[in-house]
Amino acid sequence: MPTTQHPAHDRTEIEYADLLRRSAPYKTRIQELNAEEMVLNMGPQHPSTHGVLRLELVTDGEVIMEAIPHIGYLHRCFEKHAEALPFPQIIPYTDRLDYLASMNNNWGFVMTVEKMLGLDGKLPKRVEYIRVLVAELNRIASHLVALGTFGLDVGAITPFLWCFRDREHILKLLEWASGARMLYNYIWVGGVFYDLPIGFEEQCAEFVTYFKPKLKELEDLLVHNSIFVNRTANVGVLPLDVAISYGCSGPVLRGSGLKMDLRKMDAYSVYPELDFEVCVGKGEMGKLGDCWDRFKVRADEIGESLKIISQCITQLTGPHRRDPGFDPRGMCPPKARPKAGEYYGRAENPKGTLGFYIVADGRSDVPLRCKVRGPSFSNLSMLPAISRGVLVADLIAILGSIDIVLGDVDR
Amino acid sequence: MTPSPLNSEAIASIIREQFALEGPPVLLAEQHDVLQPWIQLSPFRLREVCTFLRDDPRLYFDFLDCLSGVDLGPEERKAGVVYHLMSIPHGHRIVLKCFISRHGHPDNTIPSVAPVWLSADWHEREAFDLFGISFEGHPDLRRILMPNDWLGHPLRKDYEDPESYHGVKIAY
Repeated sequence: MPTTQHPAHDRTEIEYADLLRRSAPYKTRIQELNAEEMVLNMGPQHPSTHGVLRLELVTDGEVIMEAIPHIGYLHRCFEKHAEALPFPQIIPYTDRLDYLASMNNNWGFVMTVEKMLGLDGKLPKRVEYIRVLVAELNRIASHLVALGTFGLDVGAITPFLWCFRDREHILKLLEWASGARMLYNYIWVGGVFYDLPIGFEEQCAEFVTYFKPKLKELEDLLVHNSIFVNRTANVGVLPLDVAISYGCSGPVLRGSGLKMDLRKMDAYSVYPELDFEVCVGKGEMGKLGDCWDRFKVRADEIGESLKIISQCITQLTGPHRRDPGFDPRGMCPPKARPKAGEYYGRAENPKGTLGFYIVADGRSDVPLRCKVRGPSFSNLSMLPAISRGVLVADLIAILGSIDIVLGDVDR
Repeated sequence: MTPSPLNSEAIASIIREQFALEGPPVLLAEQHDVLQPWIQLSPFRLREVCTFLRDDPRLYFDFLDCLSGVDLGPEERKAGVVYHLMSIPHGHRIVLKCFISRHGHPDNTIPSVAPVWLSADWHEREAFDLFGISFEGHPDLRRILMPNDWLGHPLRKDYEDPESYHGVKIAY
């Protein structure tokens, strides 16, 4: 117990003792358990929790009575850091939110700042198409990890290796453009870091040609695999009203049958000019909103992203082709200082809605407040609601189907 | 159904109309000519207003997009919460704000909206954890990101790091 009180926190010693009591690692109290129940700890170091998630499970035999997620093991104080950094310098930190889709994170943040600076809609079309191209490539890479690791969770090892093999091609492309394999810092306020390297569009087109049959192969291997269907169909059914109430977004919400995609709904950037479908779950293998539906939505979205990429390549080699006089950083403001005000910007990340709520005071280059609404955070919060009464093995399938990234949950 | 979003003024007037008759005023301030219009609500009947916003067929705000704690600093002596709401069928969007005085009297709380939108559960825990805002009626108000025995609320403007945590020096 502290002898002196720290000035910043107004706590009495009794409250401090109360806090310490509450620092117990389990929420469940053993005296409140029934004779058949036991508490099982899963994580934080567990391969199927996709990072450092810890689940406290109250089980009755093989059946889960309650699942209590404990998060924060990967808390890196993003919001605190952001309050000390000028806007452009926050971009590398956004890379580390959902580290499987850094381009999309960059873009979500940059779009919010651009809106505050009044730059939105004024950027060159080539910049916009480059952004869509890299973001969709990254979306495929992220979905490949989701599909592969989900297969791994339910016992299929081959698809995991195949997915990672193909993902590596995308990462090589993005590394070529940005210089980094996973954490790109490529999309800047008012533009992009560099124009695409010469030959990038052709390589991209080659990748699309290479990848289309592989996607078919993957679907045959996993999506319609009867063992996989048995493990995932009718498991973890998420009713639509529950999904909406928990603020789920992305494939988790679409898997429950709602056609909500911010690329269509907010129609940001050049998405209105591109032709693609919003994939939703249809309950083909079981009830609507089960794990299989969420999985299928991701697999379908890869195909749609490939369509978008092809259209972007056509635009980037046609009407908005490379030009020696083109400066991708031409619109970057020398000093990003938005007027006093606040804005909540959001973008469709592979995992759902990524939102940034930024408050600027207009006097300094740093934000007064920068809150991140991570898609995985809200998606994960519904886990206790749908895991009551399921088997422990099915919980693994449910967790895999939500596709969380702990960097995004804990920030 | 084609969505036809209402603007913030129309939404504010619906709220004003609904809650005009009894009790203290519900709407404390509003601003409609900014980048994202917002409405400031009084904490007293916040949950009632939120339930109305969710259930009224004209509004139907079914999706709580984001809930952020905000600290205005020691000079303003105010902290609060900003709610970003969206109505999926209608396409309306609105920003709600609710502020309380910053230095904590136990009664000085914001009503929890977790019974209205389940997504508020974790977001309010986060606001409690990082800003020390108490939410009255929250089902399970514990720290969520920081360790449970951490002292202080790190995103407050006057926060100072403790010197050490479990014997580990905190300095950077």
